[in-house]
Amino acid sequence: MTATHNPSGDSSESLDDTPNDEPSSSTSDGGRRRRYSLLTDTDRRVLTTMVGIPTFLHVTLIWVPAVITILLSFTNWNGFRFDNMKWVGTRNYRQLFTVFEKDLYEALLNNFWVLLFLFLIATPLGILIAYILDKNLQGTAIYQSVFYFPVVLSLAVVGFIWKSVIYSPRQGVLNVLLDRTAEGDQISWLGNSDQIIPIGEYGLTQNFLAIIAPMIWRHVGYIMVLYLAGLKSVDPSLKEAAAIDGSSEWQAFKNIVFPSLKPVNVVILVITVIEALRVFDIIDVLNNPISTDVLSILVTESILGESSNVGRGSAYGVMLLLLCFGFVIWYLRSTFRENDTA
Amino acid sequence: MTHSYPTPSAWNDDVQRRSVLKGAAAGGLVVAGGGILSACGGGGDFSGEIGNASGTLNIGSNASDDAPKAGLKAVVDAFPNSDVDVVINTLDHNTYQENITTILQAQDDDVLAWFAGFRNKFFADQGLVGDISDVWDNIDGLGEGFKAASTASDGNQYFVPTSFYTWAVNYNKNVFSENGWSEPTNKDELLSLAEDMMSAGITPFAFANDGKWPIMGTFDALNLRINGYDYHVDLMGGNESWTDDRTRAVFSTWADLLPFHQEGANGRTWQEAAIDMEEGRVGMYLLGTFAASALTDASVMDFFNFPELDSSIGAAALDAPIDGFQMVASPTNEGAAKEMLLHMSTPAAQDAYLGADPSVVASNSGANTSVYNDLQKKSSELASAATGISQFLDRDTIPDFASAAGDMFAEFIENPGDVDTLLSDLEEKKVAIFADFNETN
Repeated sequence: MTATHNPSGDSSESLDDTPNDEPSSSTSDGGRRRRYSLLTDTDRRVLTTMVGIPTFLHVTLIWVPAVITILLSFTNWNGFRFDNMKWVGTRNYRQLFTVFEKDLYEALLNNFWVLLFLFLIATPLGILIAYILDKNLQGTAIYQSVFYFPVVLSLAVVGFIWKSVIYSPRQGVLNVLLDRTAEGDQISWLGNSDQIIPIGEYGLTQNFLAIIAPMIWRHVGYIMVLYLAGLKSVDPSLKEAAAIDGSSEWQAFKNIVFPSLKPVNVVILVITVIEALRVFDIIDVLNNPISTDVLSILVTESILGESSNVGRGSAYGVMLLLLCFGFVIWYLRSTFRENDTA
Repeated sequence: MTHSYPTPSAWNDDVQRRSVLKGAAAGGLVVAGGGILSACGGGGDFSGEIGNASGTLNIGSNASDDAPKAGLKAVVDAFPNSDVDVVINTLDHNTYQENITTILQAQDDDVLAWFAGFRNKFFADQGLVGDISDVWDNIDGLGEGFKAASTASDGNQYFVPTSFYTWAVNYNKNVFSENGWSEPTNKDELLSLAEDMMSAGITPFAFANDGKWPIMGTFDALNLRINGYDYHVDLMGGNESWTDDRTRAVFSTWADLLPFHQEGANGRTWQEAAIDMEEGRVGMYLLGTFAASALTDASVMDFFNFPELDSSIGAAALDAPIDGFQMVASPTNEGAAKEMLLHMSTPAAQDAYLGADPSVVASNSGANTSVYNDLQKKSSELASAATGISQFLDRDTIPDFASAAGDMFAEFIENPGDVDTLLSDLEEKKVAIFADFNETN
């Protein structure tokens, strides 16, 4: 365990299992160099370009539209000719919670189910597969390709595959295997909105679970690859040491491997939350069956087409924005708190 | 005047894309093109006949599939005024529809493919499409139903219908003759036919709702049979209530008929349902005549008009979505645009179209029906006998509301017992959506 085998200063800090001596010297190294060096004009130009262009793009493509969306959510507008735009105050929001409340609550809950299932099922499964494949099994490359394959496909394509191959009422794999293809006996995988987990009027419907399944299928491969890359960087001598000390496989993973992969864990958490909040394509491709609304579907449904309702669509968009903010604030707070204690 | 300057809406047409590139190479000429076009456009005002206009005419089209694309080209080739250079700018079908407001506001095209009824009226009331009443003064052979479907709130016409198809009850001729069944003409016959089918182990009605639009056709048919055309139009226009007893009657009849329908409709595509009908697992399928396009052998298909349910209402109204063309509000070449629209209404143009695309029916009664196949003939007879032609729910009302209604129907067929809550929720949404709509339009 020396600092020399890992020259990139920041990643060694967290991947390295001896955070006390080497990394501190490497950071003070970097600090010293920065203090005594002057930026040349070229450096300054490069810096300005490299920071300026992304900042400009970020502000114009992310923040300006976000602010415009917030402003539009207080209007009633059909999407063409600005003189048609009427300020209506908070009416769109009031209607969201009184007239369109069932759509809104259904969508919020569905976004939550996606998050929950990706987080509780797909992510642990991906980690487990990565852990097993890391043991250099025979044919590991084949397994890796098999599990990673769905990630190469866009969710839209995944949706088409599952709809026509797996869920089709007459020819679909599932109904054929279950021998339920006869007329009147078919299981409607995408059309049945019976609740599996009821929460009052709302809940997790059977067909939404059928939509989450392909998302899990794809997410597992994604997590597997990320985690596999992380696992390769764990020093094998640590695991050996743990084994010699008599720890079980699970104890070694829980107490040594998992904590040492903290940066990867954070990336996985962030990716999972983003996937859950932005889910749109697969539901759209499956033609948004009954009771499968999510926020992004409500936004597009209100805004696309002739005679669109930009105000209400923007109000739905603001709901999505608030969810994102909630997560971002929680994430930043926990990150900063750690930095303070470190 | 033979130059054809490219327009921004030309990007989907290969030939046009090349000329766009050429135009871009010519730099500012593209910008100048607008001015030149308008200078050479308007070569003669519309005089009620074809032959006075000149210059370039741009037609925006959503006919991206092979057959309709060839059809439109045949129509343009048959245009008798050779002084007009016609450019067809084709966009992908869905892209065109999603961007229609942008296309209309850009006003690059003079004539645009579109749908009759509410969706044309909406643009007319917005002032985005042009009044073509003077074209209608010279149109022969289009019935009152077509004129009504082309008329906006101000009483003027803004649309030229060229073709349509009908919604009816499709069935497999062979299955019907093997079982000795015949087409029902009233409610009792329909119900006894359905019972017969049940006892023969065949589900009477195919039912599919993937996309949440196909079963709108069932609602339309029931409402037209139970409450009649005028009530249907008022309901679509937001002027009648969804909690009204007359509307409830539609849903209670629908609930009575649901046991005769395929289960799990929300997870089935209309293509799958049409194949179930072809292969004899179900007896009938209420769908547009485009159902034939999903069949392995379309010649086995026949259809009948949805039977009468109430003798005081009759069975003379139906869904027959009409396609056609409209003119933008301030076209570059108004004279040529109106001559083209007049041409499109003629039997000659429609014969040319149907020669390339035989899946639809000509709107002009003078069109050559001798080339029609049996289904086209029947569609044509149905529509000419109709006292009221509606356009299908998602073309007859505000799109926003159509999707709310589509959601409600999907819920209803799964939980018919919740109909009261579902209808009052839908009525609440209707009020909000129509208020939003009327405030900005």
